[in-house]
Amino acid sequence: MSPQEMIEKVLDLSTADDVVVIVDEGSSANLRFAGNTLTTNGVSRSSQLTVISIVGRGVGVVSRAAVRPEQLADIVAAADHAAEDAQPSEDARPLVEGGRSSDWDAPADPTSIGVFGEFAPALGRAFATAEAGGRKLYGFAEHIVTTTFLGTSTGTRLRHTQPTGRLELNAKSPDMKRSAWTGVATRDFTDVDVAALDASLAQRLEWAKKRIDLPAGRYETLLPPSAVSDLMIYLYWKAGARDALEGRTVFSSPGGGTRVGEALSELPINLSAVPAAPGIECAPFVVAHASSRQSSVFDNGLPLEPTDWIAGGRLTNLLQTRYSAELTGLSVTPEIDNLVMTGPEGGRSLEEMIASTERGLLLTCLWYIREVDPQTLLLTGLTRDGVYLVENGEVVGEVNNFRFNESPVDLLRRLSEVGASEQTLPREWNDYFTRAIMPPVRVPDFNMSTVSQAS
Amino acid sequence: MRQIDSDFLALPLRQLADAALQRARDLGAEHADFRLERVRAETLRLSDASLEGSIDADDLGYAVRVVKNGTWGFAAGIELTPEAAVKVAEQAVEVAVISAAVNREPIELAPEPVHSDVTWVSSYEIDPFDVPMRDKVALLADWSGGLLRDARVNHVQASLMQVKEQKFYADTAGTSTTQQRVRVHPELEAMKVQDGRFESMRTLAPPVGRGYEYLTGPTWDFPGELARIPEHLQEKFGAPSVEAGRYDLVVDPSNLWLTIHESVGHATELDRALGYEAAYAGTSFATFDRLGTLAYGSPAMNVVGDRTTEHGLSTIGYDDEGVATREFDIVSGGVLVGYQLDRRMALLKGMGASNGCAFADSPGHMPIQRMANVSLRPAPDGPSTEELISGVDRGIYVVGDKSWSIDMQRYNFQFTAQRFYRIENGRLAGQLRDVAYQATTTDFWRSMEAVGGPQTYVLGGAFNCGKGQPGQVAPVSHGCPSALFRDVRILNTVQESGS
Repeated sequence: MSPQEMIEKVLDLSTADDVVVIVDEGSSANLRFAGNTLTTNGVSRSSQLTVISIVGRGVGVVSRAAVRPEQLADIVAAADHAAEDAQPSEDARPLVEGGRSSDWDAPADPTSIGVFGEFAPALGRAFATAEAGGRKLYGFAEHIVTTTFLGTSTGTRLRHTQPTGRLELNAKSPDMKRSAWTGVATRDFTDVDVAALDASLAQRLEWAKKRIDLPAGRYETLLPPSAVSDLMIYLYWKAGARDALEGRTVFSSPGGGTRVGEALSELPINLSAVPAAPGIECAPFVVAHASSRQSSVFDNGLPLEPTDWIAGGRLTNLLQTRYSAELTGLSVTPEIDNLVMTGPEGGRSLEEMIASTERGLLLTCLWYIREVDPQTLLLTGLTRDGVYLVENGEVVGEVNNFRFNESPVDLLRRLSEVGASEQTLPREWNDYFTRAIMPPVRVPDFNMSTVSQAS
Repeated sequence: MRQIDSDFLALPLRQLADAALQRARDLGAEHADFRLERVRAETLRLSDASLEGSIDADDLGYAVRVVKNGTWGFAAGIELTPEAAVKVAEQAVEVAVISAAVNREPIELAPEPVHSDVTWVSSYEIDPFDVPMRDKVALLADWSGGLLRDARVNHVQASLMQVKEQKFYADTAGTSTTQQRVRVHPELEAMKVQDGRFESMRTLAPPVGRGYEYLTGPTWDFPGELARIPEHLQEKFGAPSVEAGRYDLVVDPSNLWLTIHESVGHATELDRALGYEAAYAGTSFATFDRLGTLAYGSPAMNVVGDRTTEHGLSTIGYDDEGVATREFDIVSGGVLVGYQLDRRMALLKGMGASNGCAFADSPGHMPIQRMANVSLRPAPDGPSTEELISGVDRGIYVVGDKSWSIDMQRYNFQFTAQRFYRIENGRLAGQLRDVAYQATTTDFWRSMEAVGGPQTYVLGGAFNCGKGQPGQVAPVSHGCPSALFRDVRILNTVQESGS
């Protein structure tokens, strides 16, 4: 039974007032490597049916994997029964009306181990180059394709295919004392140049041959796009309108309400989400498998438009469902699965920013980022895989790692430079979020709280 | 003892396994294993006593893992027919053959006795999936409502996570295991919002390998804990901000379990120590060459790994490589003496047999070395928590976990808590705000002067510990007593934020 047939059958079987049906057909392939050799690898398939029954204002959600046709009636009955039994949902709204994708009838798009057809041999050659150059390569390559079919009792028939590829490449010296990282996001691995990435890591390991120990303190610091993305993604996750309205986030106004409209930065920074942004395309409609504080099953199928979260340095929108938008009196701006940050026109490249630095630190990436204080959105975490000292426009050596304590919201206020944006792979959050375009930034006084001995 | 659900046993477990394993043999695999599993997970969330969202989901499928030409091959499928299982086996072999071209380390596995046709079920009374959702929602709403009726509380978030995991495993050596376990995690958090500030206070009840009886029975005093939350919250809201500096700490088990998890549990995974997690989760300062000599902590530190602890979240009879689980020493008298192992890691470093730490969180994922229940032993005749506090002139008592972070070699960590209490002259002197403790792993554990007795011991834990690529989550428990640490660095988090 095809996903489309399954959806129609579920809609026929349900006795609920309204029904939302989501089928996610997934496939993945991955290669993992360590010390210039492959370690684990594999391929897998998945198929998930989610039935969201609505009776009155009650909702029942049942989701099952690998569903066989003879199981459909039981699954639908379970969802219908759960909806009849449920408390009224406060986010209940009429379902979105209609909408049909032009390719609705097409089958799901799978991936396979073949996606690495050119990449895997290139990786093998990179292993040989690294071995000859006294480096060891560690990392992970993954390609996932998920095709989501969304059908509702109000006639919606929408479909989206999301390819998600990522490569993390980590080079280390044989004694593991020097380490460098890079990563790329890709839709199909045809644009991944492993040799060039390995060469950039080789240069960083060369930089690291001179070791400079620095104490904890506040330093002028250049954060590359990957590090910026990890901080901005955390900010984005915490930008829920309802939580802000209830006074429980950094985006709550001390006098009540939200901080929407308030200037967060003197620089004209923009933070936005654009479903059709080239290279980071994502679903152009809401897909919500369950309601939460930042999503609503009733919003399934709602079109997603380009949305500014911060525009010209000012907080413009927060993550909204239709329900929370009514509470806050603000626009309906649901979460979107990509993030773009830009600064003033003419921003410089990271290399140009290094060249104009008198004395400062250059980070590679951040790791183990966790919230310390939700009131200020103070985060802690560590530097990883290369912190370099820049003096008079040049990298002069590698510095020890640090633990930082910083709030990304406060960082926006203190930025002294925002460079040219480019597509990047977040380091810590790339399990969940890969679609980001971010700039490098300069912070005059980044808080390195303590030294980390890790290398 | 409960039985494995009949609907799981009715699936064509052996048919699929036989078909897949035979095909792998025919294609020349040196080793093959088959794992069919169903993981059912239900999550409820309430906001201010109203149901915010719920989902009842499962994951069902099977995996074939082979060693062919000394290389792993892994494939996972979802169609429950012998023909499909054969194809998945062929895919796994194909992946191994393709991958062998870039593999330089032949895969070999430590020997394990054959465990033929064995079953295991965890210890629980009430299957949480047998309880109607309306009853669960009603209980959480009742608990939330009780908190909301207190004027000191403005908002309450409540959640309940429940998982039932069923696994069938078979391999070409002849082992076959069928297992079932359940786990639950109820959590409530109260929040006070006033004058542009907010604070929260969460329940300390840990996630457990028990059934629904955990919420309604005598194991944990939920009514008592909930009744105390408004007072704790009010006191925290009005507490003075901590003066940064160095303090002696008495750490409650409700906080210490997480410090153990991060600084001992992950640091003593042999795959990490050997570099197989280097690009992602990281490596470990506890390198293999330091086994038997590394002074991890003070002589009071004795840590064991154990996948047989009753009600532990990592507890199971046989791991995902068909290895019978057991207890083993990790730190004895403060010295590193052991690692957590899977079959490959055990053989790679001549450790003899695996100690049963292979786990995959889904039928679509390959098993990796995951954490046993890693626990700090209490002192047999050790002191109470009050007695530990009485030995501190100027210090802080740390209760409940909150924020956590540690570097990729498990040296530098920073933790916060639900509650911090000032200790003055051996007595508690009210709560403090804005506190975080920060240390290096070995400095911290070497500063542990005393551990409490068995009467202070609590089995804490986590539902969703992350590791590996592709990312996997694993449940794990950590038991520990209260413990006294001398001269630990305390930060003021408001000062850290520059506010």
